[in-house]
Amino acid sequence: MTDDIARAAGHTDPPPRMGFFTDTSVCIGCKACEVACKEWNAIPEDGLELTGMSYDNTQGLGASTWRHVAFVEQRTPPPGAAHGGAPDDVDVFDAARNLTGSPGGGEVRWLMASDVCKHCTHAACLDVCPTGSLFRTEFGSVVVQEDICNGCGYCVSACPYGVIERRPEDGRAWKCTLCYDRLGVGMEPACAKSCPTESIQFGPLEELRERAAGRLAQLHAAGAGDARLYGEDPRDGVGGDGAFFLLLDEPEVYGLPPDPVVTTRDLPGMWRHAAAAAVSLAALAVAGFAGRPR
Amino acid sequence: MAECHPVGFQWVMEAKARGAKVIHVDPRFTRTSAMADLHVPLRAGSDIAFLGGIVNHVLRTGAYFRDYVAAYTNGPVILREDFRDTEDLDGVFSGFDAGNRGYDPSSWQYRGVDVQAASGQRDLRFEKLNESPAVPEAARGESHGAGGPTIGEGEPERDETMTHPRCVLQVLKRHYARYTPEMVERICGVPQDLFRQVCDLVTENSGRDRTTALAYAVGWTQHTVGVQYIRAASVLQSLLGNIGRPGGGILALRGHASIQGSTDIPTLFNLLPGYIPMPHAHQKQDLDAFVRADAAPKGHWGNMRAYLVSLLKAYWGDAATAENDFCFDYLPRLTGSHSTYETVMAQLDGTCKGYFLMGENPAVGSANAKLQRLGMANLDWLVVRDFSLIESATWWKDGPETETGELRTEDIATEVFFLPAAAHTEKDGSFTNTQRLLQWHHQAVEPPGEARSDLWFTFHLGRIVREKLAASTDPMDRPLLDLTWDYPTSGALAEPDAEAVLAEINGRDAEGAPLSGSEQLADDGSTSCGCWIYCGVHAGGVNRADRRTPGDRQDWIAADWGWAWPANRRVLYNRASADPDGRPWSERKALVWWDAERGEWTGHDVPDFTKDKPPGHVPAKDATGPEALSGTDAFIMQADGKAWLFAPSGLTDGPLPTHYEPQDSPFPNLLYGRQRNPVRHLLPPHADNRYQPSAGEPGSEVFPYVATTYRLTEHHTAGGMSRWQPYLAELQPEFFCEVPPGLAAERGLTHTGWATIVSARAVIEARVLVTDRMAALTVHGRRLHQVGLPYHWGPNGYSTGDAANELLHLSLDPNTHIQEAKAFAVDIRPGRRPRGPAARELVLRYRARAGIDAETGTEL
Repeated sequence: MTDDIARAAGHTDPPPRMGFFTDTSVCIGCKACEVACKEWNAIPEDGLELTGMSYDNTQGLGASTWRHVAFVEQRTPPPGAAHGGAPDDVDVFDAARNLTGSPGGGEVRWLMASDVCKHCTHAACLDVCPTGSLFRTEFGSVVVQEDICNGCGYCVSACPYGVIERRPEDGRAWKCTLCYDRLGVGMEPACAKSCPTESIQFGPLEELRERAAGRLAQLHAAGAGDARLYGEDPRDGVGGDGAFFLLLDEPEVYGLPPDPVVTTRDLPGMWRHAAAAAVSLAALAVAGFAGRPR
Repeated sequence: MAECHPVGFQWVMEAKARGAKVIHVDPRFTRTSAMADLHVPLRAGSDIAFLGGIVNHVLRTGAYFRDYVAAYTNGPVILREDFRDTEDLDGVFSGFDAGNRGYDPSSWQYRGVDVQAASGQRDLRFEKLNESPAVPEAARGESHGAGGPTIGEGEPERDETMTHPRCVLQVLKRHYARYTPEMVERICGVPQDLFRQVCDLVTENSGRDRTTALAYAVGWTQHTVGVQYIRAASVLQSLLGNIGRPGGGILALRGHASIQGSTDIPTLFNLLPGYIPMPHAHQKQDLDAFVRADAAPKGHWGNMRAYLVSLLKAYWGDAATAENDFCFDYLPRLTGSHSTYETVMAQLDGTCKGYFLMGENPAVGSANAKLQRLGMANLDWLVVRDFSLIESATWWKDGPETETGELRTEDIATEVFFLPAAAHTEKDGSFTNTQRLLQWHHQAVEPPGEARSDLWFTFHLGRIVREKLAASTDPMDRPLLDLTWDYPTSGALAEPDAEAVLAEINGRDAEGAPLSGSEQLADDGSTSCGCWIYCGVHAGGVNRADRRTPGDRQDWIAADWGWAWPANRRVLYNRASADPDGRPWSERKALVWWDAERGEWTGHDVPDFTKDKPPGHVPAKDATGPEALSGTDAFIMQADGKAWLFAPSGLTDGPLPTHYEPQDSPFPNLLYGRQRNPVRHLLPPHADNRYQPSAGEPGSEVFPYVATTYRLTEHHTAGGMSRWQPYLAELQPEFFCEVPPGLAAERGLTHTGWATIVSARAVIEARVLVTDRMAALTVHGRRLHQVGLPYHWGPNGYSTGDAANELLHLSLDPNTHIQEAKAFAVDIRPGRRPRGPAARELVLRYRARAGIDAETGTEL
C-alpha cells in the first residue's frame, strides 16, 4: 500500500516509503531540529519577534520554517478542586486579564512538539500544482522543485495543514523536502539527525507505525490515557501522513487540525456536477435554439 | 539539564525509558521539569536547607547504607574534644576568628591526628599566613589542590559502631537534627508532602541494588556558600553509598565545552595542571619544602613530587635539573588572591594594566558587569579574542556608561585590540567533558579571514616575545627563555600541531618514548608530563582521545570511545562498588571486584585501586603514599582513604554544610543567629558594589523579590556564540524576565509588556513573560514571588537586551571566589527603565530608600 504512491507516481521499483514519526512525549523543546533544518537547507532567518507564546517565537510552519516546535503551557485543575464547569465555559481572555495569582495546586504541564510537513498520502498541494513543480519522490515524499515553481500559490490554499507557503521575497512556494538530497545518498533528514532524544524518528513508514503503536501502548499502560497517534491512520482524510505524530493531548492544543481532509477530495465529484451542469446548460441552449420560432 | 545540556540529556531520557525516576529541583519549571517525574520548585538560595533536610531524613530513619558508610567514609572517625558545631555556637564552628573573618581549622581535625606534628614547613606556612593579611585570601581552600588537604600524621581514632558521641556520624546527626521537613517547608517553600516524596524516591533508589545520581548545573557553585552546596550533595551521596558505583555520583554539568579541561589544565590562578597547588610566595621555600607542605603522607597525592617534577620537566626540559630544583623557582608565586573579581579591583586601583579576554565576555557575563567595564576602562591595553565584536570589545564607545554619561570615549586611555578567533570546527583539539572524557575534534574548514585558533595565538605570541627577549641577560626573563616552546607548525598559517601538545601533556620517558600511565612518573627528572592525570591519553603514541568505536560495537562501559582521565577509568573510586571483602555489593550493581584466584582487581571498568592489593591488606606502619592505603581505603586520593562526611581540612568556611541566607535575601536565617556565611568573600567597598539589607533590617522591604539568573537552550552564556547567529537569535529574540501571575497582578506587569528591575547596583529592563512555570511559594509564612532572568543579552549583536548580570553584587564564595549569581533580591515595576543619567538616579533613590551605605550587608 505504501509503495503504491511512489509507483502510482511513475517510479518503478521504488524503495520503501520513508517518513517521520515524531514522538512528542520525549521532545525536550531544544529546537535543534529547527536550526539543523535551516542550516542544511539554507533557509533564511524569518523574523525576530518575541511572541509571548511560551518559548515559541517561531510561530508556525511556513516558507522559511520547515520544522516548528510548539510550546504549550498547561495547568491541570488542582486535584479534588470543585470543577467550575467545563473548560468550554471559561472565557480565556477574561481569565488572562484577571491573573490575580496562581490558583495553587494542580500540576504544570509543558507540551513540546516539533511539527513538519505531513507528506500526505493524498497530497492536495501536488494535485493542484499546475507546473509539475511539486512531485512525489521515489521515497513517497512530496517535494517542491524550486526551479520550476511559478509562484501561483494554488498549493498554499490547498494544503489542509497550512504547511506550504510562498516566500514574500521571491513568490515561490517552499516546504520540507524530507531532505530529499540527503535521502538520495543514504543519509537521514537533518532534523532527525540532530534530535538528541529520538523524538524525531526517521525510517520506513511501516516500521515507524509499528514502533509508534508499541510506544502508544507503553504510554497507555503507564497511565497516559490521553496519548494518541495523529496522522498515522491510512483511513483518515488524507490517506495517512508520511510524517505522523504521537500527541499527549487533542491535536487542536498543538495547533493541528483535528480532522484534516485532502482539499481535492471532492474535486472529481465537483467536476461531475460541473460537467452535468454544463451538459444541462448546453442542452438548454440547444433547446432554446431549437425552440426558437423562425 | 534539558535546558542547557540537551545533548547530554539524551542519556537521562534513555535512563527514563528504562524506568529511572527523574526528580527536578529548580525554582523554575523548565524543559527539564517537563520531562521529570517530579518537579520541586524551591526558593533560590535555600538548597543546603533542602539537602540538609534529606540528610536529616536519611540519618533519622536509618536509611543510610550502613556497611558502606562504616567501611568507606569517615563516619566512624572520632573528632577532637574542642570541636564545636554550629549548633553549639549559633551558626559558627569552633575556630572562628571574627577579626580576620576566617577560621582556624585545627579544632576540626580527627582525634589522634597530631596537627602540631605535621611537617615544619606547614607550621612555617601558617606563621607566614598569619603575618600577612593578603595571603590568607589566596590560601583559602583551593590552595590545597583537589586532594591536597592533609590531615596530619597519626592514626585517627575510630568507633566502628559509630555510636561514640563525637564520631562523625553522630556529629552529623546533631548538625542536621533541626533540618526537619517543617523547617525545609518554611525555608525553601517546599511543601512537606512533596519533600517527603523526594526523600522516599531517593532513599528507595539507593542501597545495595540501586544507585541514585545527582546532577547539578554550575549554578550551584554561584552562591556565597557554593562549595558547601556541592559538599552537601557529597555528604548525602556518601551516606547513601552512591559514590564509586555505576549509576551514582555527583555530576557537575559544566557551563561550556571543555570547562572541565580548563580546570584539569587550568586557566585558574591558583592551580597548576592536574590540581597541583600553585606555590605561595614564602621565603626560602624550595621544591622539597613545598612538596613536604602540600603532599599528603598517605594516598596517591603522596606521589606529588613525581607529578610536579615531571611537569617542570615538560615546561623547562633540559634546563630543569636536579641541581636547580628542576626550575621550581621559575614558577610564579601567589601573593594573594588573583581571582577574576580581584583582578577587576586591581584594574580599578591601577595595579592591573593589561588584560587578555579569550572567549569571554565579562561586560555581559560577569557579576556586576558595570564594575567589569569600569575596570577595563582603567587599563593600558585590552586584547579581546572572540568571534564577533562583543560588548567587552566595544564598551568604550557604546556601553551603558556612555549612555549615562559616566564614561566618555575621549577620556578612556585603554588601547583595545580585537583579534578574531577561530571556532572549534576550524581547528584541531580536544574537549574534556563533565565525566572527564577527552574527545578529539578535527579541523573541518580553515578559519575565515584573520581568525586564528587560540593555540596559534598563544604559541606565536610566546614565540615573538621570546624572540624579542632573546638577548636579555635579566634573570627575570630566564623562565620564559628556557621554556620548551618548539611545537611543530604546518600550513600557510603556521598552525601549531595540537596533537604535539597532547603528546607533551601525556609525557615521555628518559628516551623520549610516550608514557602509558602516571604510575611511571618519576621524581628524579627522568620523565616529563604536562598533566599527570592525563598521562596515558597518548600511550603508545596513539591519540586515544580520538577513538570513536560506536556504543553498539562495545560493552556498556564504552572504554573505546574517547579517553577518560585517569587511566581511561570511567567511574572514579570504583573500589567502593565492591564490599570491603572485594565482592560486588550486588550483581545488579557490579562494576569491579577482587579476583582471589588471580590475585587482582578486575571488572567492567578499569579498577581505581592498586591492581594487586588484596581487600584485606593492612599497610605497614611506616608506609607512605599509595602504600599507606589499606585494602578498604577506596577513596585513594583522600589523605585518609575515606569519603568525607565531615571535612577536617581543606575548606575555609566550615567542615559541614550549613544553611546561611544569600548575601541579599528578603528572609531571615531561621536556623541560626548568623544571617549570612560569616566568612563569605566580600570585596573592598566600592560605590558601584553596594549590598542590600537583609530581612530584619530596615530597608529590606525595598527589594522584596528573589531573583535568579539562568540560561536558555537557544543561547550560550554571555551570547558571544549565539546572539550573532540569526538562526539562534530568532528563536529567543530578546531579553525577557519570567514572573508568576501573582507577581504580575501585584505589580501591574503585563504579558509581553516591559518591566524595570532594580537592585542596589543597577536598573535594567526586560520584556515580561507571565507564566505558571514560575511557581509562587510560601516561605516563612509569606507568599514569595521569584523573578527569572536569563542572562544572555547585551546591547550588541543581532538579538539584544539589557544584561541581567548588571544587577549582581560581588560577594563571593570564600573557597572559589565565585560570584553569587543565582540568588539575590530585587524590585520589579512595570514599564521601561529610565534612560541616560536618570537610570543611575533611580538606583541612587532606591539605595536612599533602603538606607544603603558602604557598611550595609557587610556584617559578619
